[in-house]
Amino acid sequence: MVAANPEIPLARPLVSPSIVTRLHGLVVTVDHKKLGLMYIASALFFLVVAGLMASVIRLQLALPNNNIVAPDTFNRLFTVHGTAMVFFVGMPIVAGLSNYLVPLMIGARDMAFPRLNAFGYWMFLFGAALLFFSYIGAPGLSGHGSAPDVGWFAYAPLTGRAFSRGNSTDYWTLCLLVSGIGSLSSAVNVIATAFGMRSPGMTLMRMPLFVWMMVVVSAMMFIVIPPLTAAQIMLLIDRFLGGNFFNTQSGGSAVLWQHFFWIFGHPEVYVLMIPGFACASEIIPVFSRKPIFGYSAMVGATTMIAFVSMGVWAHHMFSMGMTSVGNTFFMISTMAISVPTGIKIFNWLATMYGGKIRFELPMLCCLAFLFQFLIAGLTGIMLAAVPFDWHLTDTYFVVAHFHYVLIGGMLFCIFGGIYYWFPKATGRMLNKTLGLWHVALFFIGFHLTFDTMHIPGLLGMPRRIYTYDPGRGWELLNLITSIGVVFQIVGIACLAWNLIRSLRKGEKAGDDPWDAWTLEWATTSPPPEYNFETVPPVRSARPLWDLKHPEDPDWKYE
Amino acid sequence: MQFNIRSSRAMITRALFMFFALGLSASPVFADGASSVTNIFKPDGPPARAIFDYTMLVLAVCAVIFVIVVGLLVYTVTRFRHRREDDGQEPPQVYGSNQIELAWTVIPIIIVFVLTLVTARTIAEVQNAVPPPKALKVTVVGHQWWWEIRYPDLGVVTANELHVPVSDPAQPRPTFLKLESADVAHSFWIPQLAGKTDVIPNRDNSMWIEPVTPGTYLGNCAEYCGTQHARMLIRVIVHPQGEFENWVAAQKPDSATDTNLVAAQKPDSATDTQVKAGRDVFFSTSCVNCHTINGTEANGKFGPDLTHLMSRQTLGSGAALNTPEKLRAWVRNPQNLKPGCYMPDMQLTDEEMDQLVRYLLTLN
Repeated sequence: MVAANPEIPLARPLVSPSIVTRLHGLVVTVDHKKLGLMYIASALFFLVVAGLMASVIRLQLALPNNNIVAPDTFNRLFTVHGTAMVFFVGMPIVAGLSNYLVPLMIGARDMAFPRLNAFGYWMFLFGAALLFFSYIGAPGLSGHGSAPDVGWFAYAPLTGRAFSRGNSTDYWTLCLLVSGIGSLSSAVNVIATAFGMRSPGMTLMRMPLFVWMMVVVSAMMFIVIPPLTAAQIMLLIDRFLGGNFFNTQSGGSAVLWQHFFWIFGHPEVYVLMIPGFACASEIIPVFSRKPIFGYSAMVGATTMIAFVSMGVWAHHMFSMGMTSVGNTFFMISTMAISVPTGIKIFNWLATMYGGKIRFELPMLCCLAFLFQFLIAGLTGIMLAAVPFDWHLTDTYFVVAHFHYVLIGGMLFCIFGGIYYWFPKATGRMLNKTLGLWHVALFFIGFHLTFDTMHIPGLLGMPRRIYTYDPGRGWELLNLITSIGVVFQIVGIACLAWNLIRSLRKGEKAGDDPWDAWTLEWATTSPPPEYNFETVPPVRSARPLWDLKHPEDPDWKYE
Repeated sequence: MQFNIRSSRAMITRALFMFFALGLSASPVFADGASSVTNIFKPDGPPARAIFDYTMLVLAVCAVIFVIVVGLLVYTVTRFRHRREDDGQEPPQVYGSNQIELAWTVIPIIIVFVLTLVTARTIAEVQNAVPPPKALKVTVVGHQWWWEIRYPDLGVVTANELHVPVSDPAQPRPTFLKLESADVAHSFWIPQLAGKTDVIPNRDNSMWIEPVTPGTYLGNCAEYCGTQHARMLIRVIVHPQGEFENWVAAQKPDSATDTNLVAAQKPDSATDTQVKAGRDVFFSTSCVNCHTINGTEANGKFGPDLTHLMSRQTLGSGAALNTPEKLRAWVRNPQNLKPGCYMPDMQLTDEEMDQLVRYLLTLN
């Protein structure tokens, strides 16, 4: 960039600074927009890394008795893939989106605690660095490197000193501890910002649903990350101080770990999924040209999901020998969660009903999301159905289910969010042709891989096996599953190229390319460091609608 | 790997059909369409059958919901798409309706309520079954990465292959399993016979099976348990009426071993000399520290009991079929067939190998 863009004269020096100055600027920044984009960029980078790990896993499983990676290498791959995808892709994308958008959507200057915000980002990045560094440093100074191989939920006592020698498990523990601190600081910031810094007139029930959902997610993080941290500390005590929390050889309890982990682990699914809902709840109304149907029902349903999700964790443990009463309780609570989830799906449908749906890229992603999330919800009911789950748990059916939730559900919404807000963040549109290739290829690849993946589970294929013998009807299904990965890789490559290219050459976006209604579209694209010169008056949930349609504003109907 | 074009096309068709059948109906295509023998839709015996019947109900409910919601989605998207000839006006702005919200809250609640009732009944039916007096009792112990199988009432110990009698519906004879672990968490799962139950150290779990068709049923360890989780397979051999007792008799500690000993101690041919030499190899190396052979001084507990090794179908918990060639390859270096397993390469010479395998082949 040689000269400053004449349309965005503010806060831009005439000569672009050197790369060192710019990197230094990133290191010391406390600007919520820069941090948000750093979160998202790091998360997309780890998405590619962990995605390539998954590709090696699928290469190994494409054919029976394949020998591409050794068993231990395979076990490390799925452990690091799972850990990285949940903690270093999902969590930072959530943090990044909320960082970038929450202040803009409520008309604030920045997050409530900018320095804490920067601290959170760096804790996340160091956590991720610890995980990947384990490949080089894990067994300690004398040994050869190796990453953790205990699975992403690391069931005791496999993590004990007796079964996990060296330090690979310690790297795993520490990377979660460190990044957990980052997630908590980001969560406290979102809540403080949303509750304390809304522009005049924006009551809680006029907050964009995106902000509402991020507030709920942040509150959930407060409740669920401490048990995870506690469990990690107990594990460290077991491993280094001779504790016996999980050491079954000295009377410890393997089941205790499972409870601790899933008290975190299940709400975590919603911590990742609700931000997807948040994107969809902004995108679907704008591209249907109607307000969200049942705003207060959506807020209520989100809160319900958050509460109920705290009481369902043991549905991950139906096969571990709970009493029939325990199994029945967690079956009921798990099935109950489908009610608020159903309310959301129906509200999105009703928002589209009677609208004029514009099939732009963000909307296409959200339509794919609706279809896929419905299936993910239905397989979720199958997994909540305890006797059925006795078969399905720990098989490829469950693997297909949660990838359906996190890719078919969350990631498609995130893609939608990227297409929707990229113009705001950069001032440039993403290329539509490349975008269509990305969405189409990824959609095809996703369905080839994960639709097919359900069936080996029904045919008795357990998860986390590094290979299998032919003859059980798994061969072709696994081959198709692996072929789908090729489409996904090409699709992601299209997205990456589109992001890089459009940053420089994309069509100019203008302030409000989608004719949208929330406050972030009232400022320039990209927004100046101080966000708003003047914040428009807020008299309803859609302040920009009110500005654009003074003859029929929303606040008349509130 | 080579594909026969016609059969792979048939498999694709079948896979697609199965995928849609999953969404659409409780069709019996699963029962006869699949070649797999670990198919959960081919149940055998009461616990598996109860789960199967219940599963079909759940699938049917889910299929109905799927069709309705996808129908609504497709209708909405096509009917209310933005059209070229549009006048540029915004559509009517609708904010919500409490009656409609109530409807799509209450209807799912009713569905969930009915499902929970049926589920609770099936849970109790399977989980709270009381063993009849005739039930066979077996203790299964999970090890990294093999299964120890003990019949406390019969005094029999074996590994990796669970032998049970067939159950006659007129005179049920289920098998109740007590599940224990020697090290980390495992999970015992024979898809055709029952759902899985985890095998957790320091915890007593139990489950039951009641196969009504003789045959061999396959399964895997279903909880990740370390390096060789993939090669921790289980076989259940269901004996026809009356034959289970014969198997028990053949497995009794004192039945076969004596003849081994006699053959080994009083060699009367070249073969027997080799067997005796092999026996010496076995007892002069650390094999005895991990393995038990009844009636001898080998009483290690870390590895599988070898007393009736040759009566088993597989080696290394399903790592290879139990043939003399594979047995030789296994003893030569177990790390080739099952990398990471706890049995080391004993560094034997070729001659010692031949002798040892000859000896092992007599353990039947």
